[in-house]
Formats: sequence, C-alpha cells, structure tokens
Amino acid sequence: MDIYSAVPFSAWLALSGLLFTIGAIGFLIRRDPIVMFMCIELMLNAGNLLLVASARYRAVMDGQIYVFFVMTVAAAEVAVGLAIIVAIFRQRLDIDVDEMSEMRG
Amino acid sequence: MTWIPFVLIAAVAVFFALYLVLSKNAVHGALSLVLVLVSLAIFFLLLGAEFIFIVQVAVYAGAIMVLFLFVMMLLNVGGAEGPLRENPSWQLAAAIVLGCVLLFEAALHIARAGEGVRHFPQAIAADFGSPERIGQLLFSSYLLPFEITSLVLLAAMIGAVVLALRRFP
Repeated sequence: MDIYSAVPFSAWLALSGLLFTIGAIGFLIRRDPIVMFMCIELMLNAGNLLLVASARYRAVMDGQIYVFFVMTVAAAEVAVGLAIIVAIFRQRLDIDVDEMSEMRG
Repeated sequence: MTWIPFVLIAAVAVFFALYLVLSKNAVHGALSLVLVLVSLAIFFLLLGAEFIFIVQVAVYAGAIMVLFLFVMMLLNVGGAEGPLRENPSWQLAAAIVLGCVLLFEAALHIARAGEGVRHFPQAIAADFGSPERIGQLLFSSYLLPFEITSLVLLAAMIGAVVLALRRFP
C-alpha cells in the first residue's frame, strides 16, 4: 500500500491552495521587494505542485512538461527582477516598493 | 499509516512558508524558502516526477535561491530590518481578509470538484516521469514551446546584462 491509495487527490489540491494563499498574503503584507519576489516563487511552486499532482492523477505526463516551462520562465523572471532591484538600489539607497513610482524609460 | 509522510512533509512546507512570510530577516526567509522547495521536491518524487524532482533541487533550490542570496549579500539587506516603513494596519487587515477569501474559494472549489474522496490510479507506466519520456515529449509535441523557451532565456540574459551595465546619473 503506497501513498497514492492513502492520500486522495483533494489533499494535494488543498495543500497547493494553502501554499498559494500563504504566498499571496505574504506578497500583500511584505514591503521588502526581495521577500515579495520570494513570495511569488512560493506561489509558482504551489502551482507546480498542483500540475505534478494532476499529471499523476490523470496518468498523463503533460503536466510535468508545463512545470518544466514554469520553472524556465521563473528563472528568467528572477534574473531580470533581481537585476532591476540591484539597479534601483545602486541609484538610490533605499528599496521601498511604495517609493518606486518613477519606472519610466 | 501511509498518511504520515504526506502530513509530515506538508507540515514542514507550510511551516517554513509561514516563516518566510512572517520573518523580519530576509536571509532567514530565503533559507526557509529553500526548505519549502526541497519538501516540494520530495512531493514531486512521491508523485512519480523524477526529472522534475532533479530540476527542482538543482535549478530552484540550487541556482535560483543562490541568486537571491547573492543579491541580498550584495545589497546588504539581510541582517537587520532595514529602514523600511511598517505597513498601515488597514493594509494588513485587508491582505489577510483577501487571503482568507482566496483560501475559502479554493476550498469551496475543491469540495465541489472532489465529490468525496478521489484516489489516484494505481497503474502507471514504469517510466512515468523519467527523463527519457520527458525528452521525447519535449522534442515531439512540445517542440515549438521548447524553442521559444530558449528565446525567453536569451531575452532575460540580455535584459539582466543591460540593466547591470547601465550607468545611472
């Protein structure tokens, strides 16, 4: 008897939803842009967990391919986002998201 | 009895996710996010996604989080709480209310779609989630998205370099 016969699909759904909600609340209540980025990563990973669980549930591997693409896009997003944060920090020494209103070219 | 590994790893994941959100120290938050990512990687392995497990540990918990920690060290934001202002309390309350609404909505949909307790099918192919199968899918059905992925990565690389090289007045 393995984990698939004991833990139903809805338990994985609930865990994924809970992690996503924690990430969303963290994104809303935190002000440090780096922590907000990490909350976005948490939300993306909750989505990935749901995709992998559905792939196993349907016994079709396409969900795992989607997770691969999500990870690629997340890596690109982190690279650009952290570069933006570093650039803002070099220009002016405090990083507060409410003060970042001059994002013009 | 077979619930035990699921409950244990899920508790670790939720605890460290909460720690990430609530901790005042960004470096502690990053390290707890690494633990969340590793526990999700264990879930991926339990769900038969071997290739995704390896990618999660190597790319996510390895490369991406190291990038976060490098930036934190570069900016010296880790140690104490910076000069950031506190949130207004109405904002905190609104965020928590909205989060509870989101969670309730998710629970409602799970309860409606669940129709009781649905279990996973027992029989899957022995090589489900193996790198060979992933590669075959990536280079047949998903060839065009896979190639576009390379463009996304190239654009991100160029963008990061341009942002890093730019001179600010």
